[in-house]
Order: sequence, then structure tokens, then C-alpha cells
Amino acid sequence: MTINIKYFGLIAEVTQHEEETMNVSGRFISDLLEALYSKYPDLKNKDFQVAQNQELVSENTELSGQELALLPPFSGG
Amino acid sequence: MNRYNRHIILSDIGQAGQDKLLNAKVLVVGAGGLGCPILQYLAAAGIGTLGIIDFDVVEMSNLQRQVLFGTSSLGENKAEAAKKRLEDLNNDILIIAYPERLTYQNAIDLCNEYDIIVDGSDNFETRYLVNDACIITNKPLVFGAIYKFEGQVSVFNYQNGPSYRCLFPNPPQKDTAPNCSEIGVLGVLPGIIGSMQANEVLKIILGIGNVLSGKLFCYNALTSQTSTLKINKSEEQIELVLKEKHNFKKRQLEIDCEFQSDDISIEDVLNFENIQFIDVREAHEQPKVDGLKITHIPLNQLENNLEKIDLSKQKMIICQSGMRSKQAVSLLRNSGILNCYSIKEGALDIIEILNKKHKATTNDR
Repeated sequence: MTINIKYFGLIAEVTQHEEETMNVSGRFISDLLEALYSKYPDLKNKDFQVAQNQELVSENTELSGQELALLPPFSGG
Repeated sequence: MNRYNRHIILSDIGQAGQDKLLNAKVLVVGAGGLGCPILQYLAAAGIGTLGIIDFDVVEMSNLQRQVLFGTSSLGENKAEAAKKRLEDLNNDILIIAYPERLTYQNAIDLCNEYDIIVDGSDNFETRYLVNDACIITNKPLVFGAIYKFEGQVSVFNYQNGPSYRCLFPNPPQKDTAPNCSEIGVLGVLPGIIGSMQANEVLKIILGIGNVLSGKLFCYNALTSQTSTLKINKSEEQIELVLKEKHNFKKRQLEIDCEFQSDDISIEDVLNFENIQFIDVREAHEQPKVDGLKITHIPLNQLENNLEKIDLSKQKMIICQSGMRSKQAVSLLRNSGILNCYSIKEGALDIIEILNKKHKATTNDR
């Protein structure tokens, strides 16, 4: 499955870009995360949530979307 | 009633809407990058009662984005400096400054006094504290947060909607995002995000438009891209907070145990007015710092000499390396003395900076 992934905040600093297209095999969001962790090992040390097609989802949600986003919490004010 | 004419002539607001604003009570947590534009627009809009809580003082490096302050506010408590500016902007409304830190002890009582809480704080611990206090007191929370060139906005706990914990259940344990003072922030960004928060407050009070509840709005100032993502409510997360509600006031902020962020550079302090320097080194320690009016109280005698501390001033503590001054700040705080800061430079560096400054002024002549 071809998925477009958006990276926000310091996640984009780990991946070195704000957006990319990836080919993912697997059924669940967790499968995508495994693929991302092996591509970007530093991601394992970051806190973030995943949104699929503009909706926040959990790791065991089925991959269905064309568009995913990795969102870290921001604390600045 | 000329002041609010441009609101009143809008058919969606009218005199009835303006009266709602004048009867509303809003608490803004933090008068920093986000807090300044939030407060400015809410005061201008005629929010009848506006509370401001912030323990921090205005520093030179704040002026790049904290638009309520000027060089004349340097060294002043932010809540009080903001109140002063806002009273000039709008003397119709009641503005209450709380020059203290939001804590587990004061949060519930404060939230109970207001209809809407706005989070303009700059650290995760306060953000979770505000969120949990809003769940317990059942108040809507207008959330905004920034990171470098990006911002997030949402409204939590609004008409049974999701809370911040439904989005991010727990404060980050891993590599946490450092705050603006450590990594920098584009000055206009909190202006944009804070203005959006003020807009959500007005919509909630007026009952117009769609409130940003159950959604997280994300903005990137460099690409001008925005995303609005749907957040689902987690009853489990909210239950967890309510279940612990009786222990809420017993909890302690970790920030109070650490010393970070309360360090201040002597270079900034030299611009301040109304300060008391306190040297907590032993009498025999060298070198002496000349050229500043300094109260000498060795650290181990500090507790027994609290009467030497001028409560009307900002207390700047100095020592040999910047370590004992941190301990002194924490000791003074525990004794209930506010507005104490540790100068991060040690005596030697302080003298060097003072000398440089002195030379620069003599060369100017």
C-alpha cells in the first residue's frame, strides 16, 4: 500500500523531511510504525500520535488511509 | 458604548452578544508569547472579568514576541505588567493579576472562579495540570501550543468533548520538546496561535460558529499549511482524572523541585529595576562583587535572616558558581517568598560582565 506520511514538529527533524510517500506491507498502524522505526531508529525515543485520514487513531487500527500524520505534543507558549 | 460599536453592528453579536462578553469571566494561564495576544484581544473585546496568572518576570528576550510588554516592564511580574497595560487598553473591565505559579493547590479554586480557562503556559507539567483541573471543575479549556514554526490549537472539555489526555494521554517521558527559551521561536507565531485561541473564547461565549472541540488544528508558519485532525473522546482517560480528584491538591509540581527555567543571566538583570541582589557566599569567599548594592547572607544562615529580604523587590541570588544560589531560591520559595531568581553566572563571570559593561559605558562618553 502506498501511503503519504506527514511529519510535524520535532518528528520532522528526526525524519529530515516534512512529508514522504512510503510503500507499506502489513495491515495495521503498528506495521507502519515498525517500518518507520527501522528507517528512523531515533523515532523510538519520541512521543507522538498517529492520524489517519485526518483522524487520530491507535496502533491497532487497520491501515486504510492514503494519508497519515505523525504528531508530537508541543509545550511551547 | 462606542467602544464596542464594531461588535454590536455585527448581526451575529449585537448588544446581546456584547453583554454576554461583558458578563463572562475568563482565566488566562501564562502571560507569555501566547498569553499576550490572548489577553490583548480578550480585554479589547470587553470580556468583563479577566484573570491572569504568571509567576515569571519580564526579560529583554521576551520582547521579541510578548507584545504587551516594553522596556519599561523589564523585571516586573508578567501578570502585573500585563494588567497595567490592559487597564489602559480597557478600563471598563475587571482585570485580576495573580503573580504566582499555577499549582495543584490553587488550580481548582481558581478555575471555579471563571467560566473559561485559556492555556498559554510553556511546559507540559502545567498543561496537564490545567487540563485535569478543567476536567475536575468541568470548565472548557482553550488550548494552544507552539514549537519553533508550528502551532496547535484546540478546545478541550467543551460540552462533554475530548480532553487533552484523549489526544496525548500522558506527559512525554522520552526526549521531551524543549521550550522556547531553549530552542527559539518565530516571534509572530504565538501571535497567530494566541489570536486563534482568543477567537475560540469569543465563539464559546457568544455561541456562534463552530467551536474547535474534538479537533486539533495544526499550523505551519513556514509552509502556510494547516491540518484539522479529528480527536475522539476517551472516557477512560477522563475517568482516570476524576477518580484521582481527591488526591489532586496533595500533588506537587515537579517543576518546583527542579531549578531549571528560574535561572537568569546577570546581563538581563542589569536592565531590571526594583531588584535586591543577595550574595549567599560565606563572608571570606573571594572575589567580592563590587559595583552592585548587595545584601550578604550566607546560605546556611538564610532561613534565620528572612527579615533582610525585601519582599517588594525581585530577589536576584548570586554565589560562587551558580549552584548555591539555586538552593537559596528553592529555600526562599519554600518559605513562601516569591520572585526569587538564581543568577546563572558565578561571581567571577559576574565581575567580568560588570567590568565589560562599565568599559562600554565609559567608552561611550
